[in-house]
Amino acid sequence: MITVSPKTLNDVPAPLDLANLTPEQTALEIKDLNLFYGEKQALQNISMKIPKGQVTAFIGPSGCGKSTLLRCINRMNDLVDICRIEGGIELNGEDIYGKHVDVAALRRKVGMVFQRPNPFPKSIYENVVYGLRITGEKNRRVLDEAVERSLKAAALWNEVKDRLHDSALGLSGGQQQRLVIARAIAIEPEVLLLDEPTSALDPISTLTIEELINDLKKKYTVVIVTHNMQQAARVSDQTAFMYMGDLIEYSDTNTLFTTPAKKKTEDYITGRYG
Amino acid sequence: MDNLNVGRHISGQFNEDLERVINHVMSMGGLVEKQLKDAINAMIEGDEKLAKKVLKGDYQVNDYEVNIDDECTRIIAKRQPAAGDLRLIMAIIKTITDLERIGDEAEKIAKVAQESFSKEQRDLLVSLENLGQSVLVMLQATLDAFTRMDFDAALKVHQTDDKIDREYEGLMRQLMTYMMEDPRSIPQIMSVIWSARALERIGDRCQNICEYIMYFVKGKVVRHTSPEDMENL
Repeated sequence: MITVSPKTLNDVPAPLDLANLTPEQTALEIKDLNLFYGEKQALQNISMKIPKGQVTAFIGPSGCGKSTLLRCINRMNDLVDICRIEGGIELNGEDIYGKHVDVAALRRKVGMVFQRPNPFPKSIYENVVYGLRITGEKNRRVLDEAVERSLKAAALWNEVKDRLHDSALGLSGGQQQRLVIARAIAIEPEVLLLDEPTSALDPISTLTIEELINDLKKKYTVVIVTHNMQQAARVSDQTAFMYMGDLIEYSDTNTLFTTPAKKKTEDYITGRYG
Repeated sequence: MDNLNVGRHISGQFNEDLERVINHVMSMGGLVEKQLKDAINAMIEGDEKLAKKVLKGDYQVNDYEVNIDDECTRIIAKRQPAAGDLRLIMAIIKTITDLERIGDEAEKIAKVAQESFSKEQRDLLVSLENLGQSVLVMLQATLDAFTRMDFDAALKVHQTDDKIDREYEGLMRQLMTYMMEDPRSIPQIMSVIWSARALERIGDRCQNICEYIMYFVKGKVVRHTSPEDMENL
C-alpha cells in the first residue's frame, strides 16, 4: 500500500511495538495482575510492558483502577490491609513482589509524587536531601551537589537558590510540587510515578511541570496518572486507557488520540456517554 | 447524520457546536450544487442573466467557507476535539476548501457563458452538456455520501471519476478536430476547453471530498492510494 510515510518528514519517531518490547527496552512488565480490595476486584488481568526512558500515561474515569495500578508499581498497596494481589510486576526483569524484596529499597528505585504537594515542614534543602540522609549520607559536599542537581532537574533551582534554608512551606503550590519531584529524584530512582501531579495546580504551574516531565524522561522512566486527557496527550509517549478495572486499550499516544481502536476509548476521549 | 455520531457528548453545547457546523457545510454544499447547475444551464442556453446570478452567488460560497473555517477554529480552541471528532473537524476544513474551489469552477463556466458565440460555436458548448450532467451527478452523490458519512458510497463515487476523465478526453479530441479544421474558431474553442477543464477539475475535487469521508470513517489516509488498497480498508 502506498501511503505518505512519516519518514519523508523525518521528524515523527516510529511508535514502539508495545506488545513486543525487548527486555532492554522494557522498564516494567506487568503480568496478569489481579487486585482485590476484600471481595471487590479492582484490577482484572492487567498485562502490559512499560518502555524505558519514556512517559506512559494511565487515563480513565474515576474508580477505573489507574491509581491502584500505579500504586502497585512501588507496592504502596501493601499498606492497605484488605488488599490482595495476584500476578506480578517486574522491574528490569525482577519480580517486585518476590519474597526477598526489600520494599524500602524498591521505593528508592521507584519514586512517587502525589496529587497534593507534600513537602516536609523543613527547609527546602532538608526536603531534597531527606532520602539521602535516611540512607546514611553525611558528606556535606555530596548533599550540596545532590540539592543543586535535583533542584536544577526539577526546574526549581533558579527560583530558590538564594533561600535554600527557608521553610519549604513558604513556596507556592507549583513550586512545592517541583520540590517534591526534586526530592524524589535526589535519590536517583529508575522509575518516577506521578499520581495526578498537576490536579491541584494552576495552568501555568501545570505547564511548567509538563515541561519538566518531558525533560525527566531523558533520565527516568515516567508513569503518570492523570484526569486531564489533554495532559496525557501532551506529555506522554504511550497511553493506557482503563475502564472498571480493565485495561481497554494501550497504544502510542498519537494513535490513541486520533484513531483509537476501541469504541470505549473513543467515547471516553471524545467526552461521550459510555 | 447517524454515522457522524455527534449527539452523544456529555456537553450539550459541544453537540450543538458540531451540529451547527455540519449543517453549515451541508447548506454550503447545496449552494455549490445550485451554482454548478445554474452555470451549466447558463452555458448551454446562453442565458446571460443566469450567468450573472452565478457570479454573484460565488460571494456567498466564499462567505460560507470563511465562516465555517472560523467555526472549526473555535471548536478546536475551545473543545480540543479528539479521535472521531477531530477527524470530523479535519474532514470539514478540507471539504469546504474543495467546495469553495468547485464554486470557483462554476464561476469560470458562468464567465464563459457570458461570452458571445456564433450559432455554430454555440453547438459546441452544448456538447459540454453530457460532461456537465455527469459532473453534477457526481457532486450530488458526493454531498449525499458526506451527509451520511457513508464509506461505501464515497468509495463508489470516487471511482466514477474515471468515467468523467474519459468523457473529458473524448471531448478534447472532438474540439481539437474542430480547431484543426477551422483555425479561426480557436479563440472560442479555447473558451469551451476552459469550461470542459473546469468540469473535469470538479470531478477531481469531488474525489478529494470522498477521500476525506473515508478518512473520517476509517481513520486512515487514503490519498495517493491505489483503488484496490482503498477497497481493502
